[in-house]
Amino acid sequence: MSKLAPTPGQTVGPFYGYALPFNKDNELLAPGSPGSIRLQGTVYDGAGNAIPDAILEIWQPDSEGKIVERTGSLVRDGYTFTGWGRGSVGNSGVYTFTTVNPGPTAPGAAAFISVAVFARGLMNRLFTRVYLPENEEALANDPLLSSLDPERRKTLIARRDADGGLTWDIRLQGGDETVFLDFQQDGSLETSVNADHSARVNQA
Amino acid sequence: MPHEQTAQALESEELVPPAEPHAAQESKKVETQADLSAEIKAMGDRYAEALKNGRGPETMPRLDYSPYRSSILRHPTKSLHHADPETIELYSPAFGHQDVHALESDLTIQHNGEPQGERIIVAGRVLDGDGRPVAGQLVEIWQANASGRYIHKRDQHPAPLDPNFTGVGRCITGDDGSYSFTTIKPGAYPWKNHLNAWRPAHIHFSMFGSEFTQRLVTQMYFPGDQLFPLDPIYQSIVDQDARDRLVAQYDHELTSPEWALGYKWDIILTGSKRTWTENEAYGDAGDEE
Ligand SMILES: [Fe+2]
Repeated sequence: MSKLAPTPGQTVGPFYGYALPFNKDNELLAPGSPGSIRLQGTVYDGAGNAIPDAILEIWQPDSEGKIVERTGSLVRDGYTFTGWGRGSVGNSGVYTFTTVNPGPTAPGAAAFISVAVFARGLMNRLFTRVYLPENEEALANDPLLSSLDPERRKTLIARRDADGGLTWDIRLQGGDETVFLDFQQDGSLETSVNADHSARVNQA
Repeated sequence: MPHEQTAQALESEELVPPAEPHAAQESKKVETQADLSAEIKAMGDRYAEALKNGRGPETMPRLDYSPYRSSILRHPTKSLHHADPETIELYSPAFGHQDVHALESDLTIQHNGEPQGERIIVAGRVLDGDGRPVAGQLVEIWQANASGRYIHKRDQHPAPLDPNFTGVGRCITGDDGSYSFTTIKPGAYPWKNHLNAWRPAHIHFSMFGSEFTQRLVTQMYFPGDQLFPLDPIYQSIVDQDARDRLVAQYDHELTSPEWALGYKWDIILTGSKRTWTENEAYGDAGDEE
């Protein structure tokens, strides 16, 4: 499909912390403003330990399901919802965003937020999605969710908190590993995570 | 502006060393470069064998690449799930000149004095898989100073900090997808993956495309670095042609007389922008540009 071979990714490394974060990076909306919710969770490694050096990005439609294409994410004016945010985890592996519940982008569609995950030790960014838990019919009809077995499907659906917020954890590895997505349709072998599995030194 | 942000980021950063990978803690013997090089070579040999047997070339790093010890517990063990990008994923966040000041692309003028080291210009274009320019998009970079030291508090390498160098830059690509940074050539630096582990000199790059699925964070290297064969991060891309795509070329045309050496590096994002038809199909979903 594509004519040019893509530039490979590399790990974000340990030292992004003075470069990628910016003022109000995780506040798509001012905290406490009408309609704002907290999206939060913990990023875990394959041993179940929280990862202190991961950074996430979210990208989502507004509460009406409208995809906005507005500038101003890096220098937020306090009014404009741009739909994009960036959040570093703290030492306990917890990230938080202040955002809105995304609306469905078409009537009856399941509402979700697109997520990119970066971490020290993670060789390339991972894509995933976090779905709102409420509309069960929409979730049942969602093309991606319905292509997953029920155990794995759960990893993409957030929990609704008592205060109206969302909690959603990310597990990079293990039995309850989060479903990560491969969007490439250009024949690249990005899916070859297990290409060398048999040869893996026995350390994991 | 870069100044304030840096100060803020540093204040919020705690003075703790990064957690070592658990596997490294458990292993008793000191791992040497020779041990690591043997692992790297074995994986490279198996890949060469697979290529000979007709397998297509890999274009991305292995997520499961144990010579980079921190990856051992941080890579998915299940295959990535193939998905067709939908709605929001077919769009990209937008950035503009409100977000980035023109001076942020010059890393040598962020302080009162001139930074130490070899002044360089790094420039090129951001393109999609069809060679079309990615215009008006955000490019972010960060790097060590000329001594191989990051301003990040977790960097414990006993090389000097440079009071005139932060090592963070941003720009917005031009209509032709072009970007250009003026900076200082970063130094190689040690890391604790194994005994005597050194990273080849590199600049971290972060790019957005016209779809969120094209999001890319990577590292740009300099030509001819003797540390390439020894570095598990560079070698996590097992294909030589793919690795070469991360190496800038010295470009004398780009070199500025009496001022700075020029390095050229083009970036190709995965795939290509959604087609007009798909764009129309999603028009109903509320995209009002
Ligand atoms: Fe680095």
